[in-house]
Amino acid sequence: MAEAKAHDTGPLLRALQLTRRFGGFTAVNGVSIDLHVGEVHAVIGTNGAGKSTLINLLSGEIAPSSGRIELDGRDITHMPQPRRARAGVGRSYQRTTVFPEFSALENARLCAQAARARPWALWQSAQDCGHSVGAARAALDAAGLAEHASQRAGVLSHGGQRQLEIAMCLATAPRVLLLDEPLAGMGAEETDRMLALLGALKASHAVLLVEHDMDAVFRIADRITVMVNGEVIASDVPDRIRTNRQVQIAYLGEGLEEVKPAGIPSGDRPMHSSGEGPH
Amino acid sequence: MRGLAVPLIALAVLLALPALLTPYTQDLVVRIAIYAIFALSLELLVGMTGLVSLGHAAFLGIGAYATVLVSGDAGASLGKVLVIGIPAAAVYALFVGALSLRTRGVYFIMVTLAFAQMAYFVAHDTKLGGGSDGIFLYVKPVIEFGGTTLLSLDDRRHLYYTVIAALVATYALLALVGRSRFGHALAGIRVNEQRMRAAGFATYWYKLAAFVIAGSIAALAGVLLATKDGAVNPELMSWHESGAVLLMLILGGIGSLRGAVIGAAAFTLLKELFQAEALIGPLASHWQLSLGLAIIAFVALLPKGLIGLRARLTGAAHG
Repeated sequence: MAEAKAHDTGPLLRALQLTRRFGGFTAVNGVSIDLHVGEVHAVIGTNGAGKSTLINLLSGEIAPSSGRIELDGRDITHMPQPRRARAGVGRSYQRTTVFPEFSALENARLCAQAARARPWALWQSAQDCGHSVGAARAALDAAGLAEHASQRAGVLSHGGQRQLEIAMCLATAPRVLLLDEPLAGMGAEETDRMLALLGALKASHAVLLVEHDMDAVFRIADRITVMVNGEVIASDVPDRIRTNRQVQIAYLGEGLEEVKPAGIPSGDRPMHSSGEGPH
Repeated sequence: MRGLAVPLIALAVLLALPALLTPYTQDLVVRIAIYAIFALSLELLVGMTGLVSLGHAAFLGIGAYATVLVSGDAGASLGKVLVIGIPAAAVYALFVGALSLRTRGVYFIMVTLAFAQMAYFVAHDTKLGGGSDGIFLYVKPVIEFGGTTLLSLDDRRHLYYTVIAALVATYALLALVGRSRFGHALAGIRVNEQRMRAAGFATYWYKLAAFVIAGSIAALAGVLLATKDGAVNPELMSWHESGAVLLMLILGGIGSLRGAVIGAAAFTLLKELFQAEALIGPLASHWQLSLGLAIIAFVALLPKGLIGLRARLTGAAHG
């Protein structure tokens, strides 16, 4: 078990029995998850399993119906998203959310500005703000976009925009990274580069990775949590997840067509469908 | 800076104009400049922050009524009028903004409209501001120092230069806002507010600040308008006025300070043209119809406003 691998400190971000209902539909049901610095914690599951909702809950974008979220042991369940972000919880989006008319640098700079916003400093041009420009350049550099800094975000390639999405998240100097399908639509080379980046980032960050690319997940993850219909059905190190019978039936069933996923409605949907559900 | 060339040339022309103009034309330029300030204040909301308000005239009206009420029969200094008129509008903007900014899109439009109509009916149905007839401003604001009158807005030329100075100050302030961190954050909120929240911006407070600044600048325009006209009436706060200033932005081109100024000029001149019986005969009594048709034509032919005309003509993308 992963618990055997002793953590020097407690989890940086911890969710306890998180539940979120939308009307009569329970998108996330009693999910507990720990994120440690030094770990990439992948969350996998079919479309509609509640992965994106989980990220929305952890980042404060939506409020849980019940449950508790702690950052560094401090209760942040009801902390609004902007404050939570400034406290170190960064997220990226599954759908690209770059500002298309701004340059790549300005996209990252704007995000970096949140940490030391100083909105009253009207006499100073935003472009001359050393703190945010420095943080933005470092983030673009880390995400492999340094050469495209002055390019308009809207004209970057799809992969480039995904990298920028990560750079925007990094620019805010987060301690926790909640990454919603950062590899979606990326080519093999871009994927390799992104995985190398994640590998480097995990030394100083707690990383939660929602991803559909199973090869990538099993390459990078230190721990995998499997969700089905809003609930966690397994959470373990990758090797044990691979051989977990319940996971195979519920989720990896695509490759085991003879196995009937009895009793788990819609859990047998193919995992490589083109789009995520309406989160 | 290249970007300042056109505004600076325009300013030089404006400063030289009074020597050449008839009183009527000078009055028209003053009216355009006041509406340009008003339009610029709304541009901060619509163009820079992406908040479409249909109740902006309330703040213009508060500035105007404050001018008349503070002046009373004895008159008041310009400083006193501004120090009361602008904060009065700012407080109302804080109240309206705090509530309306909890809504979005069409609901925001409706809530701002509702609050402006409230202000309208307070002026219209109570004795506070002379009811539906409004009140006259008997003595226009002055600036006195040690018993000497340095500036009297009763003087046509003093008023002219004061209004131009106010326009320049407003334009400069908003240009500074646009390049500052505050302005960049507003631009981010306009494009994707949720992303800004995820980055750590408390976007509500940014929008509220923009709303209050916009209301304050509108009040400045209101002070000048009441001074120029020498009277106020509730129509200043009506939704027609809020709609007119939105049309100015649309005519000129949303998203640029110059567009707001050009739009204010175009709207005021079109209205003047269609009201001129000497020029267009009996149609002048139906000026709303001709103005409406003209605006439809403009919007259909120039969806990016007059500011987009140059790009259109040269066929090149406007940088």
